Amino acid sequence: MQNNTTLVNIVRFVTLVLVQVFILNHVNLAGYINPYLYPLFILVYPLTGNKSLLIFIAFILGLTIDMFGDSGGIHAAACVFIAWIRPVALKYSFGVSYQLNTLKISTAPFSQQLVYIFSMAMLHHLMLFSMEIFNANQIILILKSTLFTGIFSAVLMVCSVLLFSRKSS
Amino acid sequence: MQQILFFFLRNKNFLLFLLLFVISLGLTINSHSYHKNKFVTSANFLSGGVYSFKSGITDYFDLETQNEILTKENERLRAIVANMEMETFDTLSINTNYNFITAKVINNNYGHSKNYLTLNKGYNDSLKVDMGVISSQGVVGIVNAVSNNYASVQSILNTNSQVVAKFKKSDHFGYLEWNTNEANVVQLTEIPRLAPVAIGDTIVTYGKSTIFPEGILIGTVANFKREPDQDYYNIDVQLFTDMTSLKHVYVISHRDAKEIKQLEKEVEDAE
Repeated sequence: MQNNTTLVNIVRFVTLVLVQVFILNHVNLAGYINPYLYPLFILVYPLTGNKSLLIFIAFILGLTIDMFGDSGGIHAAACVFIAWIRPVALKYSFGVSYQLNTLKISTAPFSQQLVYIFSMAMLHHLMLFSMEIFNANQIILILKSTLFTGIFSAVLMVCSVLLFSRKSS
Repeated sequence: MQQILFFFLRNKNFLLFLLLFVISLGLTINSHSYHKNKFVTSANFLSGGVYSFKSGITDYFDLETQNEILTKENERLRAIVANMEMETFDTLSINTNYNFITAKVINNNYGHSKNYLTLNKGYNDSLKVDMGVISSQGVVGIVNAVSNNYASVQSILNTNSQVVAKFKKSDHFGYLEWNTNEANVVQLTEIPRLAPVAIGDTIVTYGKSTIFPEGILIGTVANFKREPDQDYYNIDVQLFTDMTSLKHVYVISHRDAKEIKQLEKEVEDAE
């Protein structure tokens, strides 16, 4: 079982990076909107998994995306941030019961999933664009980019969760 | 002692987060300042290899348009050669300060505020940092990192870019910057109000550096305005190069770049 989870995570990591780098980085909707799907890795990482390990993997994930995009460390920073804040977001969206082994994201009520995914995506994008633009004078541009790209990414993440969740019904 | 140990254990996630966050912040700040060594670039073995694998597949999709672009360029060059005086064919008298190296774009970005391209040539093909990159239509950017087989290019669609440009009809020069609003439109700043400006004027490279030779095409004036109390124009330049569809580019190497740089550095150090 342990090995299985590790393997799933590795495959998920590689797939998300490749999809992000080859497809989503070239969407350029309305000129500048590129959705970011790869944070999904951090979102669906086993809820009871090792938190320190997640923060470290998030760093590697972000750094890989940065390497392909020549963007310094902006994705790494955003990923580490949401990996660290994840327990808070989980508690806020699903209640304390997430720590019990029974909860899975795909089986939780849909409204709770939405709150979780949207808040995590927005936090990730806010950190990402603050880092990318790195200029307090352009706060409007940061918020605008965060809002538009964030909504697009979050919708994409929700769709992916719906598509790939293993529901028996 | 035990208290300190407990403190670390209790906050190990936060401390790990803090450490990794500071590292990423460092990398980010490093990437925001031009001319620093970069640690994480797409010009390395892994991402370069992946990009070149991908471009090996996708290259076939737009062969037709790329061929057309190259034929058009050949046509233009042939016209120039045909109109040249015969004696300039003496190779000794041709100005050979600049060398052109062809390269292929294997990754292209234009949707961010800081855009980079990746080329399929690197140090082994004698590419070096700070060489100019042009397409058959005009300026593309400047090489900012090189590995053995790949190079990363800072596009002119990058808020850190500052290419010196001038009017073709006069010698008034300014700096090309990008305000991220529109791909293919850059801003020319610091043109004094004395300069005659008209819509449609051609902008070319200034050529007083080792990066670009003089007179490489950049674009045309699309729009200009000057606030009544300002001494400088704000000019929008429509680029000749379509930055959203780049495939074949030329990297310009200056034969004496090293010597000139060294000399300039010596002067700077002496001050």
